[in-house]
Amino acid sequence: MNSLLTPLQTWTLLDTWIVVIGALAAMACALPGCFLLLRKQSLMGDAISHTSLLGVVGAFFVSHWLVEAKVISPTTELSVRHVAMCVGAIVVGVLSAWLTESLQKLGNVESSAALGVVFTSLFALGLLLIRAFADNVHIDLDCVLYGEIVTAPMETVGKSGVPRAVIVNGFVLLINLLLTILLFKELRLSAFDPALATTLGIPAQTMHYGLMGLTAMTLVAAFESVGSILVIAMLIIPPATAYLLTDRLPRMIGLSLLIGAISAALGHVSALTLPPLISRSIGIADVQDASSAGMMAAAAGFLFVLAMLLGPRYGLAVRVWHRLLLKLRIASEDVLGQLYRMEETAPRVIADADSSDVRQRTSWHRYITTHSWKSRIATWLLMRRGWLTGSHSDARLTDIGREAARTLVRSHRLWESFLAKHFLLGEGRFHESAEQVEHFLDPELLAELDHDLDRPGVDPHGRAIPK
Amino acid sequence: MSTSVVVDHEAMQEPLPRPVAAQSPASMVPLLIEDVTVAYHRRPVLWNIDYQAPSGKLIAIVGPNGSGKTTLIKATLDLVPRAAGQVLIFGEPYSQQRHRVGYVPQRTSVDWDFPVSALDVVAMGMYRKIGWLRRVSRKYREAARQSLDRVGMADFADRQINQLSGGQQQRVFLARALAQNADLYFMDEPFAGVDASTERAIVEVLRSLRESGKTVIVVHHDLQTVDEYFDEVVLLNMRLIAAGPTAEVFTPENLRKTYGGKLALLDQLSEKMAQPRSR
Repeated sequence: MNSLLTPLQTWTLLDTWIVVIGALAAMACALPGCFLLLRKQSLMGDAISHTSLLGVVGAFFVSHWLVEAKVISPTTELSVRHVAMCVGAIVVGVLSAWLTESLQKLGNVESSAALGVVFTSLFALGLLLIRAFADNVHIDLDCVLYGEIVTAPMETVGKSGVPRAVIVNGFVLLINLLLTILLFKELRLSAFDPALATTLGIPAQTMHYGLMGLTAMTLVAAFESVGSILVIAMLIIPPATAYLLTDRLPRMIGLSLLIGAISAALGHVSALTLPPLISRSIGIADVQDASSAGMMAAAAGFLFVLAMLLGPRYGLAVRVWHRLLLKLRIASEDVLGQLYRMEETAPRVIADADSSDVRQRTSWHRYITTHSWKSRIATWLLMRRGWLTGSHSDARLTDIGREAARTLVRSHRLWESFLAKHFLLGEGRFHESAEQVEHFLDPELLAELDHDLDRPGVDPHGRAIPK
Repeated sequence: MSTSVVVDHEAMQEPLPRPVAAQSPASMVPLLIEDVTVAYHRRPVLWNIDYQAPSGKLIAIVGPNGSGKTTLIKATLDLVPRAAGQVLIFGEPYSQQRHRVGYVPQRTSVDWDFPVSALDVVAMGMYRKIGWLRRVSRKYREAARQSLDRVGMADFADRQINQLSGGQQQRVFLARALAQNADLYFMDEPFAGVDASTERAIVEVLRSLRESGKTVIVVHHDLQTVDEYFDEVVLLNMRLIAAGPTAEVFTPENLRKTYGGKLALLDQLSEKMAQPRSR
């Protein structure tokens, strides 16, 4: 453990800033990401991350042209360019969404195909423009699209020592938070039921384009500091994780913010600690750390898998557990039913009590030795609950156990009668179906069956249906 | 505009006069559809619909699949564009009368895994009243709860909507429409795939709406229950076949016309209009 944490002893202010920048970017992305996810348009974010290149290139041209035309001085070019980049991204984001929908309608193609056409073409157009004008305008794409989170803290604002990336991402987060809070119910309704929203006078279509614009702006602002992969990951994964953990939208949004922030911290810490550990264990000494951005995305993915496995309602573990409980319940009920039928066939006639007792014991013994471990566990549980008495080799129903058993046998025979009345089924086939169905008939359905069959006294085999 | 009860394309019958609705001023007519035609990709799906709904009645729109029932509602609510014609709601265009119209879309039109509770969904019906940027206050949550109570779903207010059965989901939609507190309701197949008790609950709500003077227009599939549930019927198959009081219009003759296949000529014409080159 000590050796694992050794790299953290050199934790500096720089590391703190890296985590803060990553967390701010992740949280800013998670907000539009939640609504994209609910609209089933998560990949729209990925597409917009590509098409926004066109907006970015456009911004370079505009700022360059403004300097040439002496409208602004070269010293202010950078800040003008950043504003232009945001505006350009918003425009292209809305344009991509609009183009996708138009293609879908006019070209009669599937939405994912339309999306594929639009984002690859616009991205290619952006690349072409860069090639065509690279001689005149210097476009430093590295710093725009492939931002490196580790170097982001170096560029600070004035003498404050606060990295510019913190200000930018914090500002975008603030805008997104404000819009999400103010327009919460409009965003929710437009995503859930656009038709109703429109009839109520909330323009769902405009809200949709607005969301696309906001997504594009958020992406472009975050690209520069944390790089495109991390941004796309943070747009999709924390909302998807939160979606697994809750079924209320406000909680989902809150959780996605939290998960984004945790992913950033966890990612950077793992980037520092895991590589040396792994490289040491396989005998290579020179790997010191890994890409923090990559690790943050991986951490988000890790949290998603955790939520998928351990989520409270939809988690895999919970579902396996519930299935196990169901199997045990069915096994218990089968044991009860079996004992009830044994009592039926071996009535305790006083004169012949001993022989009927022996008969029941042997048939129980045959039952329990031919059935699986589930029946044995079920027997043990039923004894603990007081529904069975005696021993494993000679189990008997208690009064309360007999009551439960009677209900089960009643379910079984009512269902058989129902099948006989309404289904064209060979007589030999009733039992199998009833063995399944008997475990799922609640009092309400039983009453309905009873009513439908006009309170039958015997089942199709002529056996009494217990009341 | 004609007030005929039966739109008889072959002029086999004398038009019957409609006594009340025809004389009432336009602002009293909940829904007036005048010569509306709707086309998807230039292909007409509804031809020249003329219809005037009487006030305070339960009205069924009946017709085979693809006959344009849902489209008629959507065109009325400006959800799909009209190629021609106009719609007046209480004498004014829909955009001016949104607050008087409630809408229940098909249950399958939304994602029931959406992370909202039944109460949240019902409250959505009041978003217009609540207004932009405002939160759903306690007052509105209380009103939503009462709407849920009216459809017998008060106990399910805090359930996530995917934990409800199909019938319960439909009741939530109905409660949402009630919360809208409109004068004219459009419901798209509220009876589709619901259990018997939900069907009874919906019918009860429809009747109580009628008692309080509301007009309800319902897309309905089950021909067996039309005359039991509805005062008026609109028979539709790309064109208006007949409309009027159920007793007069819901006849075997009209049903045969409605369900006896589309007019072949109309279909061919639609085809040609969608692809003008293939003459």
